[in-house]
Amino acid sequence: MYVAVKGGEKAIRNAHKLTAKRRRGDTSVPALTLEQIAQQLSHSVARVMGEGSLYDETLAALAIKQARGDLIEAAFLMRAYRTTLPRFGYSTPVDTGAMLVERRVSATYKDLPGGQVLGPTFDYSHRLLDFALAAEDDGAQLPVETAQSEDRPMPRVTDLLGDEGLMEPDPVTDEDAPVGDLTREPLSFPADRDLRLQNLARGDEGFLLALAYSTQRGYGRTHPFAGEIRYGEVEVEFFAEELGFAVTLGAIKVTECQMVNQFAGSAQAAPTFTRGYGLVFGQVERKAMSMAMVDRSMRWQELGEEQVAPAQDIEFVLSHSDNIQATGFVEHLKLPHYVDFQAELDLVRRMRAEWFGRREQQEEGEAATEAAQ
Amino acid sequence: MTDTAQIPDSVYEQGEYNFAYLDEQTKRMIRRAILKGIAIPGYQVPFASREMPMPYGWGTGGVQVTAAILGRDDCLKMIDQGSDDTTNAVSLRGFFEKTAEVRTTCETAEATIIQTRHRIPEKPLTGDQILVFQVPIPEPLRFLEPRETETRKMHALEDYGLMHVKLYEDIAKNGHIATTYAYPVKVNDRYVMDPSPTPKFDNPKIDRMAALQLYGAGREKRIYAIPPYTKVKSLDFEDYPFEIQKFDKPCGLCGAENVYLDEVILDDRGGRMFVCSDSDYCEERRADGHLGPMAADPAAARISSTGIDGAKTGETVR
Amino acid sequence: MTTAPETNATQESRKTPATPPLAAGFQDPVHDAQACFRAAMNAIARPGTRQAVDAGGLTPPAPLTPVAAALALTLLDYDTPVWLDKPLMASDAVKAFLRFHTGAPIVSEPVEAAFALVGNPGQMIPLASFNQGSAEYPDRSATVILLGQDFGAVQAVTLQGPGIQDSAAFSVSPVPPVFWEQVAANSRQFPRGIDLIFAGDAEIAALPRSTRIMPTEV
Repeated sequence: MYVAVKGGEKAIRNAHKLTAKRRRGDTSVPALTLEQIAQQLSHSVARVMGEGSLYDETLAALAIKQARGDLIEAAFLMRAYRTTLPRFGYSTPVDTGAMLVERRVSATYKDLPGGQVLGPTFDYSHRLLDFALAAEDDGAQLPVETAQSEDRPMPRVTDLLGDEGLMEPDPVTDEDAPVGDLTREPLSFPADRDLRLQNLARGDEGFLLALAYSTQRGYGRTHPFAGEIRYGEVEVEFFAEELGFAVTLGAIKVTECQMVNQFAGSAQAAPTFTRGYGLVFGQVERKAMSMAMVDRSMRWQELGEEQVAPAQDIEFVLSHSDNIQATGFVEHLKLPHYVDFQAELDLVRRMRAEWFGRREQQEEGEAATEAAQ
Repeated sequence: MTDTAQIPDSVYEQGEYNFAYLDEQTKRMIRRAILKGIAIPGYQVPFASREMPMPYGWGTGGVQVTAAILGRDDCLKMIDQGSDDTTNAVSLRGFFEKTAEVRTTCETAEATIIQTRHRIPEKPLTGDQILVFQVPIPEPLRFLEPRETETRKMHALEDYGLMHVKLYEDIAKNGHIATTYAYPVKVNDRYVMDPSPTPKFDNPKIDRMAALQLYGAGREKRIYAIPPYTKVKSLDFEDYPFEIQKFDKPCGLCGAENVYLDEVILDDRGGRMFVCSDSDYCEERRADGHLGPMAADPAAARISSTGIDGAKTGETVR
Repeated sequence: MTTAPETNATQESRKTPATPPLAAGFQDPVHDAQACFRAAMNAIARPGTRQAVDAGGLTPPAPLTPVAAALALTLLDYDTPVWLDKPLMASDAVKAFLRFHTGAPIVSEPVEAAFALVGNPGQMIPLASFNQGSAEYPDRSATVILLGQDFGAVQAVTLQGPGIQDSAAFSVSPVPPVFWEQVAANSRQFPRGIDLIFAGDAEIAALPRSTRIMPTEV
């Protein structure tokens, strides 16, 4: 086989060798294992699975290791792998009401059926560097009091509100309606809520955080209350046509956030609270909350609000939330652009010459006028 | 950066990836979009662009188009900025060498498919060739109107007033149209199209070109096309007709005139030379005995032997 | 090298009663489809020219022809609803073949189809019956594939437009009597409109909506 080969190839090869070397670092330090990453950097793993749009802790750990801890790069590795996987179909909707809850808090009620379950959280911890962690090989395992296994049901706060008619009902969807999927059909606008939520679930945590924050500071205020945040394990089921019933594929850990927002109502409908919804892989509460707030903001039109702020702008939000797209395009500026730059150089030189020419003429003109006077 | 040319051989040997990387379902989807694009010259067909193993903005659109059309018997040429030797061209060529095991070439005439970023070869293309462009922003109206919903309406209504206003404002402000690359064109008297960020020098080449042109924008999820011999008009005004860049010197290495030249800075005392952007064209001319005015210059020897992009990688050691 | 599993096709097959044994698909799904696609692409890029298609040894149930079957296997899948005209629709074997090998949903309303296969082109329904696309999304229109076409030497029409250097002569049969008026009307509504692929014995040709039909002096 005849293959075109030229000089740039060698430089690239060397760059890759160097990257691999830097990734490994000092070889006298033991290499990270995927188990260590999956167990001890679980928030990173969750973020990479969410933004990489693929639930697999081991692969996410591998991606993080390979990307030297660059989480966007790791999410990109996951996406590029995901896209090569065969697609069997869509799962049935996950029932978060049946979640095996590890953490569940509501800011709207002091106590509620099922109780508040604080679970693992940084909340209420003092952010002091724990030098003991630096000294210890193995963080001391403190005995943890386990709550009696919660067999009692843990209804969702929004369902409790809904029973009283105070919460807008969940939109009724046709079970057989096609599932919107922006990985299969390019996003077109206006985008329906299913596609918006999918986009947000894959979106960049930092971008959503900033947008959610902006709504709190008056750029499209929605008056949110954290109705409920729950984190735990849910089963994923797939309806097998040939069997005629749903089979369980496995369990995944997710964080769900339901924001309860200010009222909507009209002459036809009594006032109710309105919903903002967030659901992400793993324990990523910051993103689940941000997602719920941005989701609610983008519903301005159906709720009869005015569009005044960036977080409400569906096309703006959805077009810029994907950090894999964003990082690619921002970083592509590193690619050579000298052909275009040459075109611009040529034009700037020409325009400068014209400018100086005009000024010279002007000065000559002025000098002539002065001399005449 | 994740490297595409460096996917370990073992991955492919395990048979994990299909010919030319994409699975057949994805190829069908892209192929259908290509057919629609050809049937509606200059119209941007939305397609479900996949995540590729190289970043968005680095040629994923062109790569997906090439992967969808490529066959075993094709011979592929990959250029970036006119050169086969720029780093990303090397990387993308390596991708297809590995995933499709097709023949690759640097010679324009030998290629059946040429994937390019920012240039069109100087040598006229033939009816047996296909030119695949990598496109960053396919929407020519995007910088005038950021909203897809709006620009789509404008195309539907053939309402290109905004573009003419922009070009006219250029003239009012600068005395001429200040667009030097990605210069908008009208295809088949209907759609205004972005010819990708090629310098406007190349615009006349896409008018009634014998080769089929396919444009792929991966991040923006659009494919568009210009069939052979299609009328492509660069937008202009009667009193300000479209004109291309002119260089007052020939190529320093091969002496070619009426070609697009890159400026190479030779030293920090203002020394510079102009050389062909199309490196294959330049090499072929030199092989045929053409010599430019600076061919004997020691600097020229350095440029022509390593390529302008003779990038080096060295570990910095203190 | 493996190809992506065609899960949909597998599922479809379970529903289909296994009457006659199903004819095989492409021997080399990857490269046969690629070659057929390139022929279709060249045909649409160069309207009216004849492009050779090797149907890869396909033996589909009649009235589906090998070349049309190759096009179907190349272009159709579960994302592309397909409409069949009466003779094709009447054949369970044809439907089973298409369902199994492509997974494409077979629709009864022409306007719902992304592709149409016409087994009896002499009595084809009007082109206007198919989805013409919208002004904003003209790509959402149908592609109609006419089977059993003969590219005779008798000049029928002169073509002009993108993909044609000056003008080109083009002749096919059988087509309905008012066909060329319909094709001319189709191109007048550009960018909306349907695209036509003519499938012969070993060749195909195409007329995209961008091609103008010029009056021919007889």
